[in-house]
Amino acid sequence: MLEPATAVRHIAAAGFTHVVWIPDSAVGPWESALVSTPQLKLIRPCREGEAIGIAAGLIIGGARPLVVIQCTGLFEAGDSLRNVVHDLQLPLKLIVGVRSYSAHKAGKSTDSCPVFTEPVLNAWKVPYTLLAEPDEPKFAAGVRELASATGSRTLLLGE
Amino acid sequence: MTHREALDVLAAHRGECVVLTTMGSIALWPAISDTPLDFAYIPSSMGQGVALGLGLSLATGRGVVVLSGDGSLLMNLGCLVTVANHPAPLTILLIDNGLYEVTGGQDVAGAGRTDFAGLARSAGIARVYEFAEAEAWRRGAAAVFSGTGPAFVWLKVKGEHGKKTPNPPRPMKEQILRLREAVAK
Repeated sequence: MLEPATAVRHIAAAGFTHVVWIPDSAVGPWESALVSTPQLKLIRPCREGEAIGIAAGLIIGGARPLVVIQCTGLFEAGDSLRNVVHDLQLPLKLIVGVRSYSAHKAGKSTDSCPVFTEPVLNAWKVPYTLLAEPDEPKFAAGVRELASATGSRTLLLGE
Repeated sequence: MTHREALDVLAAHRGECVVLTTMGSIALWPAISDTPLDFAYIPSSMGQGVALGLGLSLATGRGVVVLSGDGSLLMNLGCLVTVANHPAPLTILLIDNGLYEVTGGQDVAGAGRTDFAGLARSAGIARVYEFAEAEAWRRGAAAVFSGTGPAFVWLKVKGEHGKKTPNPPRPMKEQILRLREAVAK
């Protein structure tokens, strides 16, 4: 079990300066910790493609943003992702929640989100690490890996 | 007013602001200004120019002017709400010609009927301006660029057919490098 305050503490400790997010039900509880962490500025866009565009501007301006979205938003944001990662060649860092992942693995869900998330990231040539059951040690290591990557990278959180 | 006339007024008033151009403005702006603070967003993700400008402005605190077409803004109208709620020295100049100009001049949805100023005000942007004539834009520009916080300027320009997709003035990698150096000063 990953506590919200713990998750946010590790994000701040990794050196991220901004979190650009559209929450889902799994990461939504992080909100109060994000708002109250002085090292992080929380930015609330309206769509996930927009979140990635804002992150690109932040990176060019010298900041270290982290985009936090659900996989449904990743699907929506394809062109923005393609542009920032491959045309602008900026080191985009994302945490993406994979809706229904645990239920899908247990054969208890027909949600198509877990079917398409990894193939979509592979199609856009964005490397990723998948945490099927995010706990604190795995999450901390995943966030450190995300922050230290020289190129774009995604941390997938099974939900 | 013509698109070129609209940009000439911007050039006279932009001061030390970054100017981020998109779509048809990219074909015109380098002949007017081509400094490290001028960023041609091409290749682009259509509709993300305002988002890019907002991020840049939030990171640096520097004034950023984004030139967006009406078709581009319509792809990402939510950005108006985002801008209104993340106060930054960002000015959106909407170049409204009613056309998808670089694809051959097809009408955008709602061409000539959409109240972009009303959309911006309803989104919560406090400083909203609209100009249809070059002389009025010349007279009003000083107020636009002397204010603080986000501003939205609706510039109604004549649509032109036969425009080609513009080419970037230099490779993207070089553009980013020189913009980074300029905003870091």
